Amino acid sequence: MNAITNRYEFVYLFDVSNGNPNGDPDAGNMPRLDPETNQGLVTDVCLKRKIRNYVTLEKEGSQGYAIYMQERAILNNQHELAWKALDIPADAKDGYKKLPKDAAKAKELTDWMCMNFFDVRSFGAVMSTGVNCGQVRGPIQVAFATSIDPVVPMEISITRMAVTTEKEAEDQSGANRTMGRKHIIPYGLYRVHGFISAKLAERTGFSEADLELLWRSLINMFEHDRAAARGEMSARKLIVFKHEHAMGNAPAHVLFDRVKVSRVQGEADTPARSFADYQVTVDAEALPPGVSVNSLI
Amino acid sequence: MTYGIRLLVWGERACFTRPEMKVERVSYDVITPSAARGILEAIHWKPAIRWEIDRIQVLKPVRFESLRRNEVGGKLSAASVGKAIKAGRTDGLLTFVDEDRQQRAATILRDVSYVIEAHFELTARAEAGDSVGKHLDIFNRRARKGQCFHSPCMGVREFAANFQLLEANDAAPVVDPALLGKTIDLGWMLHDIDFADGMTPHFFRAQMTDGMIAVPGFDPRGVKS
Repeated sequence: MNAITNRYEFVYLFDVSNGNPNGDPDAGNMPRLDPETNQGLVTDVCLKRKIRNYVTLEKEGSQGYAIYMQERAILNNQHELAWKALDIPADAKDGYKKLPKDAAKAKELTDWMCMNFFDVRSFGAVMSTGVNCGQVRGPIQVAFATSIDPVVPMEISITRMAVTTEKEAEDQSGANRTMGRKHIIPYGLYRVHGFISAKLAERTGFSEADLELLWRSLINMFEHDRAAARGEMSARKLIVFKHEHAMGNAPAHVLFDRVKVSRVQGEADTPARSFADYQVTVDAEALPPGVSVNSLI
Repeated sequence: MTYGIRLLVWGERACFTRPEMKVERVSYDVITPSAARGILEAIHWKPAIRWEIDRIQVLKPVRFESLRRNEVGGKLSAASVGKAIKAGRTDGLLTFVDEDRQQRAATILRDVSYVIEAHFELTARAEAGDSVGKHLDIFNRRARKGQCFHSPCMGVREFAANFQLLEANDAAPVVDPALLGKTIDLGWMLHDIDFADGMTPHFFRAQMTDGMIAVPGFDPRGVKS
C-alpha cells in the first residue's frame, strides 16, 4: 500500500430537506444552530461517523478495512488483536497499560492497527485505553459544516396511536394516544471544508485506494443513512483541490475562496427552500501553479 | 536571539483547552504559546530546531460559544484486560461505543485572529549542516506558499487554522479598537510542556496590553505545576 503523495483540500456541499441533519444534545436534540448567526451546524464527528458507516457497508469486513470506532464495537478487543497478532507478551508489572518500552515494538503495534483499520489510517485514533497501541494522527482533517444561509428549525408535533404502559392506557381510559415531537429544518444547504495531508498519510499508510474510497463515501454516505429524523439528505457538490507537491502549492484558504455559493432565488441571508435557490461556482481560472481542481459531483 | 518570523493565523473557531477544565472543555481566552508552537511546527519543524514564541498579538475581541457533542468516554482497566488475557477469554471485556457515550460540552472561542511572533534556537540535535538561516528560509518559503506538513489547527483538529506569512516590511494588521488602551490580566496560563522533564507543564502570568501578550522565555527551571 503506497501512501498518497499529494496534498488535497476539499469543499463538500450537502443539503437537508425536512429533516434534522445533526441534533444538539444541549437543546433537546433540536438541529444545531450557531447562536450568533442562526446558521445551521453539523459537527465534524457527525460526518466522520457517516464515513465510517459507509466504509463498513461497502467493505463488509474485508481485510484492511475494519472499522475501529464501531457502533457497538469492542475497542479493547481490537487492541488485543494487535498484541496477539504480533505475539507481544504482556509486561509483567503493567500488563498492557503502557507502550512497549521498545520503540520498534510500539511502532509495530501502531502499524498493525493502521494496516487493519480504515478509520485509524484516515482519521487517526488515541489508543491508550487500557490496552495501549499508542496514538495515531490521521491525514484527514474535517472542519465543521455550516449552512450557507440561516436556517429556521420547526417543531412538529406528532401523535402515536398507541401507548407504552398499561398505566397510561388506564389514565386515558382507553383512548391510547401519545404525543411526540420532531424537529426539522425545512431546507438547509451546508458547506464543509476538509484537508488531507500527504505527510501524515505516509505515516499511516493511507493509500490512493483509500482516497478513492473516501470520495465514494462522501458521495454516497447519505444514501445509506436514511432515518425518520434525517428527512432527505443528499450530497450536492464535492470539489477537490489537488496539489502537486506533498506539502502543497497554495494556501488552503485561497483555494476555498474560489468556491462560491450564491443565492439566485430569494434574498441572501434568508432561509432557502431548495438547491435550485443556489448557484455554485468554482473559479478554475488561473489557479496557483501546481494546483488542479476537480468536481467529483 | 535570531531573526524572527511573524505569522498571521485566523479561524472560525478555536479551543485552547484549560488543563483544569478538560472534561467539559473550556478554552483559554487566547491562544497559548504551546498551541502557537504547534501551528509553526505544522508548517516546518526538524529535531534540530526549537521554536520559541516571543509575542502574541490578539487582533479580535474574545468571544465564546458553547457546543455539546457525543464522545467516547472511559478507559478499561489494564488489570481486567490482563485477567481476561490470562483466562484466554474476552467476554466481560466489553466497551460499546454507544454504551460508553459521554455528552461533553465545550466552551470555545469564535472568530479568532492572531499574529504569532517567534524565533527558533538550534537544539543539541543540530548537525553540521543545520544553520538558523537555512531553517528560517525553509519556513518562510513554505509559509509564503501556504505549504504545510499538515494543516495547522486552532487547538483541536476540527478547527482549522488559516495562515499567512507577514514579511519583514509588512505593516502590522489592524487591532480591534475594543482591545486598545487597556491591560487585561489573563491570569496563569499554560506556557508549554517540558517534554524533556516527563511532560511537566509550565505556566506563566499572561498580561494583554493593547491586545499584545509578551511571552517570557521557556525556562526549564521556571514555574511548574
